Amino acid sequence: MAKYEVNLKVNNIPVTVEEGSTILDAAKKLNFRIPTLCQHPDLCVAGNCRVCVVEQKGARALPAACATPVSEGMEIFTNSQKVRTARKHIIELLLSEHNTECTSCYKNGKCELQSLANEYRVNENDFIKLVNKKTYTIDDYSPSIIKDDSKCIRCQRCVRTCTSMQFVSALTVAHKGDHQKISTFFDKPMNAVVCTNCGQCVNRCPTGALVEKNYIDQVWDAINNPNVHVVVQTAPAVRVGLGEDLGLEPGHRVTGKMVAALRRIGFDSVLDTDFTADLTIMEEGTELLVRLKKALVDKDESVALPMTTSCSPGWVKFIEHKFPSLLPNVSTCKSPQQMFGALVKTFYAQKKGLKAENMVSVSIMPCTAKKYEADRPEMRDSGFKDVDYVLTTRELAMMVRQAGINFEDLADEKYDSIMGESTGAAVIFGATGGVMEAALRTAYEIVTGREVPFTNLDIVPVRGFEGIKEAKVLIKDVLPEWGFLEGAELSVAIAHGLANTNKLMAAVQRGEVNYHFIEIMACPGGCLGGGGQPIPTSPEIRAKRMEAIYDEDTHMAIRKSHENPEVTAIYEEFLGKPNGHKSHELLHTHYTKRKGY
Amino acid sequence: MENKKLTKVDLIFENDGTCATTVLDKIKAMSQDDIIMEMIDSGLKGRGGAGFPTGLKWKFTKAENSFDKYIVCNADEGEPGTFKDREILDTVPSKVFAGMTIAGYAIGAKVGYLYLRAEYNFLLKKLNDKLDSFNATIKDKGFDFRIEIRSGAGAYICGEESALFESIEGKRGEPRNKPPYPTVSGLFGKPTVINNVETLVYATMIMKYGADNFKKMGTQDSRGSKVFSISGDTPNAGIYELELGMTVEDFVSDFGDGDTKAVQVGGASGLCVPRKKFADMIIGYEGVPTGGSMMLFNSSRSMYNVLKDYLEFFAEESCGQCTPCRVGCQQLLEGIEAVKRGEKHPSYLESLKKLAETMKLSAKCGLGQSVANPFVSIVDNFREEIIY
Repeated sequence: MAKYEVNLKVNNIPVTVEEGSTILDAAKKLNFRIPTLCQHPDLCVAGNCRVCVVEQKGARALPAACATPVSEGMEIFTNSQKVRTARKHIIELLLSEHNTECTSCYKNGKCELQSLANEYRVNENDFIKLVNKKTYTIDDYSPSIIKDDSKCIRCQRCVRTCTSMQFVSALTVAHKGDHQKISTFFDKPMNAVVCTNCGQCVNRCPTGALVEKNYIDQVWDAINNPNVHVVVQTAPAVRVGLGEDLGLEPGHRVTGKMVAALRRIGFDSVLDTDFTADLTIMEEGTELLVRLKKALVDKDESVALPMTTSCSPGWVKFIEHKFPSLLPNVSTCKSPQQMFGALVKTFYAQKKGLKAENMVSVSIMPCTAKKYEADRPEMRDSGFKDVDYVLTTRELAMMVRQAGINFEDLADEKYDSIMGESTGAAVIFGATGGVMEAALRTAYEIVTGREVPFTNLDIVPVRGFEGIKEAKVLIKDVLPEWGFLEGAELSVAIAHGLANTNKLMAAVQRGEVNYHFIEIMACPGGCLGGGGQPIPTSPEIRAKRMEAIYDEDTHMAIRKSHENPEVTAIYEEFLGKPNGHKSHELLHTHYTKRKGY
Repeated sequence: MENKKLTKVDLIFENDGTCATTVLDKIKAMSQDDIIMEMIDSGLKGRGGAGFPTGLKWKFTKAENSFDKYIVCNADEGEPGTFKDREILDTVPSKVFAGMTIAGYAIGAKVGYLYLRAEYNFLLKKLNDKLDSFNATIKDKGFDFRIEIRSGAGAYICGEESALFESIEGKRGEPRNKPPYPTVSGLFGKPTVINNVETLVYATMIMKYGADNFKKMGTQDSRGSKVFSISGDTPNAGIYELELGMTVEDFVSDFGDGDTKAVQVGGASGLCVPRKKFADMIIGYEGVPTGGSMMLFNSSRSMYNVLKDYLEFFAEESCGQCTPCRVGCQQLLEGIEAVKRGEKHPSYLESLKKLAETMKLSAKCGLGQSVANPFVSIVDNFREEIIY
């Protein structure tokens, strides 16, 4: 249906916008910025902070620009005296119930309320400081997320994120009036509810009310301890996000600068999670082929298909809570981070002549759920905690700044060897559809001896931001040992964001769909939109990060996981074969059924 | 009560066992547009307090092109000092149901919901019993309409129409952004007429006696009569149906105890009229509108305590969703307490009045917008009592 155009005036300047646009959209078109707090490009309209109120000629009250649709002939004033007084009052009110000890706040300098207060030069002393009259608890029980109610401005971005975007509903609004707060089921701590630790709420919280639990000081301690060998691994999506927190525009690939910065910070070995991403493809691809063989040749009905990926710890926690009966469908492969951790304190230690007890293993992740994953009891197969500390992209940026490193001017450096070599297939793990594409590049070639039938190896149908993607690959002219797959059509699906995931998995549970392999990423856009990535986030920013990821893939010399020479070597020297005995000991695991609340 | 100045009316509680059925037979013969025109012609304005013309509300909703439409009866009577809907539901429920049926027939709704305040759950069994036979009656008469009752959970904010819809839909009762208004997108996102209990009974009575008879009472802006809940320092506390258009002075001369210093018109969210303004102030849309609550205060009362009570109520009953209301209510309350204790200079009251003005301009719904009414009218007229 064609949309009508609406003519209105903003600050006396005529503007034409589509029907259904908001006053905020119209003002933006004229380059008038109206301040907002509860509004977020990823979320539905709330209209509850009221910071964006504007004056409408002829109207008694001041409408909220974010929540009010335009109408023909409307005359809007975004900065009249009436608006300024109301807006200033609203900012002052928010500050009066906000813990304004900004200097000790983790979000100091990155807080949207702080910048508004700065912009409007509010006089904080005018109103009574309500925050001092109440008692607030800081919930730091979760290994991933800290929730501090004294800094909450009740904009409900987190609630909308958790409910609509992620379909988790760990966070909700409780009580009313002066007791209203953002709470959990029965006000339990965040580690005792359905929270998946995805951190999408952290990405959208305008203040310091929801932040990641940071382990920066612990990592500095380890680095500065001469008796400890500190190994660091960096996830695929970090290299396309880090720059944003260090002065660069979104969409910059900073792999080489990041490696250089990590060396200057003082990490003893700078290695790449991408190596175990390639390894994951070998393990997970083999697991899929084995499951298919059992199902198709052996007619074993106990084999759980479709098989789903297991790289995203937010997804793993989600399925544990919401679809526990489908846990057998999850690949037994650990995530690349945890494979890496298990190998660093065994294989790597052995090769480098290090003692595992003198090693600290750090990972840099675009993710807050990885902090939880590293803490899981399943993740100690090296005999130690496989990954000691998980830092987000944001925490690494803080360390770079603390170290006094001028990031933009660093010359590119390369990862250490071994466990630093990777392929284009590994780097695209950072984007939704990337694991699927990497798996298809390898599995198809193993089975047929030929490259996947897509131009330049780019499997376009599995790429992009559509919530649920599907693809089918016809397998023919297979190598003799894979005869049972001749003529089979491999059917795959991909979902990102847990609301999409819920839809897809509900369909799987009801038996409405027949796939062989499903890739799930808990965060929108995959890891590039992870809960540990630089703030702010928006569809545009994530699109730029995605472009950078595929750009990185194109520029890699090797683009198929099974061609990674270090992967070949580790199977020869240490692991034996994919899904072999050693692999099962170190690289595979099982998960736990949990309650739905 | 001895009647001195005011005209008592007996429309609402007129005990007519067959009233509902007779009216339904009558409207069955009328077209939807005729009913709506009759309602517009009567000049009836919503009796819940906001005073939107009822006929227009019905007209707008009928004009919407939607298969599903709803009629909702707002029986979440939560405004402090208001208790007339309880009596109406208790004594003449079938006239309420009839009003809903008339509205449903006029706009083309097939389902009506009566949203009953949690505190009135003691009426639930009785209402449901009545409703069973009523639903059967209208079915027999050929109306494609049925009524269901939904119970609230005790939040004042759920009397706000869009929060009420959220509550019926099973969600947390928080007001929605407007527009869209309920006539376009109300309950379950469908065009909805939401009327107060009393409004619906008047609709029934207008259909019975005709708009012309209704118009004979009241003034140009405030047609007809209205049910008042009268409380406070009065020897005649209770529920009275009175013709609109009287001055506060007329009212006080009938209901006051001879020492009335102020009347709070329209409950906690209404305006406080001091003695010096009694003579000029008309009770109605041209003066002080009211949903029915009339609280009289004599000279023994501290207006500071009255205001503090109201503000405590609002600070607790704000849904907490929007900043001006959630924090503003707390600031107004803490503010007058601080002035009273001498911790803030009396001039701080001026800052608070400006804040109240901001709340009126920028709060998301009627609750936050109307806190300025009692605050400014009490602070302006009883400043000394607030400070000392």
